[in-house]
Amino acid sequence: MSLFERILFVLAGLFIVLNWGLIMTGIIRKIIARVGMRRGIKVYQPYINLVKNFSIRSQLSHGVMFYLGPVFRLSGGVGIFLFMPMIYGSEYWTNFSFTGDLILISYFMFFGMLGMALGAGEGGHPYSAIGVSRGLAQFTAIELPLTLAILSIAIQYHTISLTEIVAAQQGGIRNWTLVTNPLATAAAMLSFLGAMGHSPFNVVMAPQENPIGPPTEYHGTFLGVLQTNRAILHVVEAVLYMNLFFGGATNWGTLILKTFLIYFWSVFVGMVFPRFRVDQSIPWLLKIPLAIGILAIIIFMI
Amino acid sequence: MSEKKDIPEDMFLAPENRKHTVTGPDGEVIHVDPLNDYFCQDLPKVEAPYKGVLEKFLNWARAESLWVLAYGTGCGSIELPPLFSPRFDAYRFGVMMRPTPRQSGVLIISGYLAVKTLKRAIRSYEQMQNPKYVIALGSCTINGGMYFDSYNTINRLDHYLPVDVYIAGCMPRPEAILAGFNKLKERIKSGNAEGANHYAENLEWYKANQKKIIKDWNMPTYNW
Repeated sequence: MSLFERILFVLAGLFIVLNWGLIMTGIIRKIIARVGMRRGIKVYQPYINLVKNFSIRSQLSHGVMFYLGPVFRLSGGVGIFLFMPMIYGSEYWTNFSFTGDLILISYFMFFGMLGMALGAGEGGHPYSAIGVSRGLAQFTAIELPLTLAILSIAIQYHTISLTEIVAAQQGGIRNWTLVTNPLATAAAMLSFLGAMGHSPFNVVMAPQENPIGPPTEYHGTFLGVLQTNRAILHVVEAVLYMNLFFGGATNWGTLILKTFLIYFWSVFVGMVFPRFRVDQSIPWLLKIPLAIGILAIIIFMI
Repeated sequence: MSEKKDIPEDMFLAPENRKHTVTGPDGEVIHVDPLNDYFCQDLPKVEAPYKGVLEKFLNWARAESLWVLAYGTGCGSIELPPLFSPRFDAYRFGVMMRPTPRQSGVLIISGYLAVKTLKRAIRSYEQMQNPKYVIALGSCTINGGMYFDSYNTINRLDHYLPVDVYIAGCMPRPEAILAGFNKLKERIKSGNAEGANHYAENLEWYKANQKKIIKDWNMPTYNW
């Protein structure tokens, strides 16, 4: 396959992922509404919001970094996608995955946060600064169990290539990391709760309260870019967990089903438990998930 | 502080917003003009809408996604939280509360507007971005209502902000507010809800009215 064809398939994949992300957001918000005994938004409401935000006529800037914040955030999300093998065994949907893609992807997960921190900082609103400092502190605590789980898997499969990790899990549920390495899966799925930003770990955005967090000053197209990124990011992060722990996907149908169920795990927990303060969420992440993550490493040391 | 007597137009500025000098740690003297240094002095421009089908489509999107500034004045603000409860559920009409004026498109003036609050309402309205709409809730915003002869509330809101939809009542029930949202949607879809452009065109008139009421102006002419 030529480079040109490959780029075409990457763009097509990005299009599918963006649309699935928007639809998934709509479905999830519908489910949350039904749990609250409301009718809830239309399933296609995220599309309308996106169009509306891109149609705002006047926009303000606070400086160069303010522009670059959403751009960095989007490149974080798209960066994860670019190096993520989406469909196992497919020549067309493996994007630009290579031998060390797992390391690069875990770098990209933090990259967007840092770019957003710089942009939101230049916005100058106190709530942005509070949101960013909470977000970075909490995300550091989220990354620890996840990194330990990734290391545990790397030791288990002797590789840091996502394609090879998925290949090792083929042939039924018995071969999934979920079964062969339950400790690493438990640590990572607990950190996943934090990574998705649903309750109890949504103090960073704290929607519909006074401090909306980092995007307080972002509006119009800036906010549209951030929404686009969030739709992509939710799907690709779920795809990362699917590849690591749940046997990957061999076609788009499986991918959509598995990413939905993985994402729904964080929503399910969020609908039951109320919001943590940031001084509660970080110690929580540093206790049980971190302990399980360390156990997952120690098991391979013995 | 020393120039307090020289500049009469600074009368309504708070001391920290008047021109003053600051002495740095190494003895250098810095002249500070807060209104020019810290605030944007530009005035709003009329942003012409697109023509034809594109503007119709964008107006449909704007109408179906009304983001309301979570800001309440007067007694009507207590009628807003029930909108998002299971009984009334405004989400199904695409209505959502936003905590920051930057992201919201609808400002609800929910009841009587004290002079002190009018200043905050103007600041919040001006911080919102161009297609923006004002809903005036309750009879106090129409003719002053039961506060018509009060010494510190305004009587007619549309002298100070361009109002798109009035919802009469004292107080209107949440059902009436939902009907008001639907009225606003019709207005946006028909392309008549150009309040922000109207405000920019008639800025002098609005500012003259506002400054007549607000004695401690203490902010730039237009709050971006």
